[in-house]
Amino acid sequence: MKRRKLIDQITSGWMLLCLFVVLLIPLVIGLGLVLKSLPILQLYPLSELLNGSDWKPMAGHFGFKPFIVSSLYVTLISFLIAAPVCLLSAIYLTQYARRWLLNLMQPVIDIMAGIPSVVYGVWGILVVVPLVVRLASVWDLKTSGYCILSGGIVLAVMSIPFILNILIEVFQTIPTELKEASLSVGATYWETIKFVLLREGFSGIMAAFGLGISKALGETIAVLMVVGNVVQIPGSPFQAAYPLPALIANNYGEMMSIPMYDSALMFAALILFVIIILFNILARLAINHGEYRC
Amino acid sequence: MSGSIIRIQNLNVSHKGIPILKDINLTISRNKVTVILGPSGCGKTTLLKCMNRLIDIYNGLDISGQIHLDGEEILNRKNDLTRIRQKMGLLSQRPYPLPMSIFDNVAYGLKIQGVRNRTELADRVEYYLKQVNLWPEVVDRLKSPASRLSIGQQQRLCLARGLAVEPEIILADEPTSALDPLSSTCIEEQFMKLKEQYTILIVTHIMRQARRLADHVIFIYLGEIIEQGPPAEIFDNPQHPTTKEYLRVGH
Ligand SMILES: Nc1ncnc2c1ncn2[C@@H]1O[C@H](COP(=O)(O)OP(=O)(O)OP(=O)(O)O)[C@@H](O)[C@H]1O
Ligand SMILES: [Mg+2]
Repeated sequence: MKRRKLIDQITSGWMLLCLFVVLLIPLVIGLGLVLKSLPILQLYPLSELLNGSDWKPMAGHFGFKPFIVSSLYVTLISFLIAAPVCLLSAIYLTQYARRWLLNLMQPVIDIMAGIPSVVYGVWGILVVVPLVVRLASVWDLKTSGYCILSGGIVLAVMSIPFILNILIEVFQTIPTELKEASLSVGATYWETIKFVLLREGFSGIMAAFGLGISKALGETIAVLMVVGNVVQIPGSPFQAAYPLPALIANNYGEMMSIPMYDSALMFAALILFVIIILFNILARLAINHGEYRC
Repeated sequence: MSGSIIRIQNLNVSHKGIPILKDINLTISRNKVTVILGPSGCGKTTLLKCMNRLIDIYNGLDISGQIHLDGEEILNRKNDLTRIRQKMGLLSQRPYPLPMSIFDNVAYGLKIQGVRNRTELADRVEYYLKQVNLWPEVVDRLKSPASRLSIGQQQRLCLARGLAVEPEIILADEPTSALDPLSSTCIEEQFMKLKEQYTILIVTHIMRQARRLADHVIFIYLGEIIEQGPPAEIFDNPQHPTTKEYLRVGH
């Protein structure tokens, strides 16, 4: 009897420890980034770093705005593509499609999630970039194809399996009886989806979108391969950009002899970190707000 | 008005060749309570879902036969589904309030019908919440989520939601099985009151409830109606051995 109790205590102790470690990881990373960014933060005012668009490390100019804007822009484009595609697919798969189609999609989604990002990058170069050039020519726009739109498309495709997976889960857990309740008072199937399923699944949908955005913000290699990597504040989606992760990946380990460069890259990572945290807080707020409403 | 409101003829439902309902022939009288009895899995829920065609949302079921409501063929694919469903209020085993406020739950069907006028909506919501005896309990929190009500209150809310679209028939599938005795009695009393205006079809496993409510009793076994008649006959003098056995165990 005593032994069982002891084992019980030990196992719950282990669980607590694991949980603690998991909670600690982001804290430790965050703290490390802050410490490493301190040198550059002490040298330049924060507003100048965030708002400046001049990037000449040799001359001591560190303006991060082009990178921040690029990151947000590419993420926005990918979200605008991925969100509706995933939402509609998930609704179709769970509400309209036959069972076998959903069963067929599950492994497809898993495979999509498992493809290495460098492969998506290559696919982007071979397929998406030429497509975007063709698309641009429709409006007589000039582009190399290595631009925000290409990055957004590649990112969207990459985040689709993750978002879709959660969304399917969300819609599957909604009880059939709830649908029946709505249908039985004379709502059409579409009205039921719009007024009942989307509302019932609201927090799950927000969580899925939040994860998709976080993934898009942090994705590095695939984007870096198709986005052009030009330091500028991009206007149209057909212009090249230089997102934060690409900046870090392209330059870390090289050019470290330039003063403050090391610290600047760490600061770039910190900005990314903070942006992701902010997005997650926003998603949380949306979720809580939705739950309160329902 | 009296006489029959629903006439079911040769209704067969099967799943991959396995019959769920076999050759159902049934007449349901207007403004009467018809109680459907039968052991679990015999097809009672399926029968109810045929009536408002909720059965359509399940894949792989074959349905044949006819269900006439006011002389109109319900199973006819050409008929407007939403209009047919509005003729029947559904009350399920457990309450499923819609993910919205108490007010909006009742107003939902009305809004679907196109009622937009705010005062009209408010009046109708109040009327139906009063009809199910829920009004005093929720009057000061109409805007709060329906999911915060107790189960018993939720079930009454669901009844009000169904009544709000002014159905002719109420389909109740074990409406009190998730409720405490007091809430059950409350729902039962609603039914006694409602039968003056509505035709009620109720599935129940509670013999005493069946006795109290029934004007007509149907006993289903393995997808077939094996006995039906007025409660006095079925309960006190059952003919079929299976009915006898079921009633003996059920008491
Ligand atoms: N969508 C469906 N697909 C396949 N089989 C079904 C479906 N719906 C019901 N059935 C089968 O039909 C039979 C009758 O089911 P039904 O739910 O009508 O029983 P019931 O009489 O309501 O039982 P209970 O008293 O337990 O609620 C069961 O054997 C069930 O497995
Ligand atoms: Mg049932």
